[in-house]
Amino acid sequence: METEQLIRTLAADNAHRARPVGFVLALALVAAVPVSVSMFLAGLGVRSDVMTAMHNPFFNLKFVETLALAVSAIVVSLHLSRPEASMKGWGWLLLLPLAILAAGIASEMMMPQEVPMMTRLIGSNSRVCLTAIPLMSLPLLAGALIGLRHGAPSRPAVAGAIAGLLSAGLAATLYASHCTDDSPLFVVTWYTIATALVTAVGALVGSKVLRF
Amino acid sequence: MRETEDEWTSLMRLAISGDSAAYHRLLRAVTPVLRAGARRGLARAGQPVDQSEDIVQDILLAVHLKRHTWDTNAPFAPWLFAIARNKLIDALRRRGRRVFVNIDDFAETIPDESATETASPSEIAAQLQTLPPRQRDVLQSIAVESASIRDTAAKFAMSEGAVRVALHRALASLTAKLREQ
Repeated sequence: METEQLIRTLAADNAHRARPVGFVLALALVAAVPVSVSMFLAGLGVRSDVMTAMHNPFFNLKFVETLALAVSAIVVSLHLSRPEASMKGWGWLLLLPLAILAAGIASEMMMPQEVPMMTRLIGSNSRVCLTAIPLMSLPLLAGALIGLRHGAPSRPAVAGAIAGLLSAGLAATLYASHCTDDSPLFVVTWYTIATALVTAVGALVGSKVLRF
Repeated sequence: MRETEDEWTSLMRLAISGDSAAYHRLLRAVTPVLRAGARRGLARAGQPVDQSEDIVQDILLAVHLKRHTWDTNAPFAPWLFAIARNKLIDALRRRGRRVFVNIDDFAETIPDESATETASPSEIAAQLQTLPPRQRDVLQSIAVESASIRDTAAKFAMSEGAVRVALHRALASLTAKLREQ
């Protein structure tokens, strides 16, 4: 086919309108959330002392951190879905959840504690944390990648990694309501490792499926 | 150069708002510039520059299918050149070359009008044969026989809406096949 013919054909298809990437991403995540929530309810469930836990600021802080991760990753992933976009000027958004976490650690340090630091860090749920967050992330990661395929990221692996952060943030939000380890030291250790795993998977799969 | 880019941006805004003639003009205007960039990239990779036309068509398809990712408040050229660079890298990789795409390959709006030395593109023609018959018929009618949507609809006893859907699907699956090859 000659280029002139192709151009005429593309012009004939100009009436076709694609949805914005944000809309498609939102739809895909809305479809994926019930799957992860079912996994959560079937395997873990909300911790039994949740009513008292809600009076503990460090319990509540976990949700601020995980949701901050999810939201900043959504914002960055939508930015990166444009081909001319780069991380320049946007990377700091991803440090936001870490900054909140650092503030949490600092304030916990300033409070008198009954349990020694290493015990708080190691906690009693690390293995569940490392399994549950990645597993519950998978449907969300699939949704995020399907949504972002609608975009045109110039660096698919980076965009896939951000999709991993996004899905880990959402899965960790679910997990946080189950886990009885509320210390920011536990969160910064185990949640971070779990998130890194999902991010690596996202980068790997993204480098294949997010090419356009 | 500035003027050219501003003109592209306003043509693309018109195109997005439904002006197909403006879209046609825009695609025709950018093609020689894309061709020049593709040739520069091929030359740098030590590849025959007459292979540029397949890359140009690849870029045009991506521009078409991803134009919703262009922010209508932003200038059009940086977006276009980002797509073009991406497709050039893909094309060179497919030819098994280590890729050094210079950011400048697609940074100038200097056109290359010398169509004479260009080998005719073959990738789309090859993939065309793998499309479902209905999509292929519609695409060929519009692309090769220059029929309008309405004439194509009458010829195949389809509704105009069905022709539009088949045309868009054909372009999308063509792009997917070119990417997977």
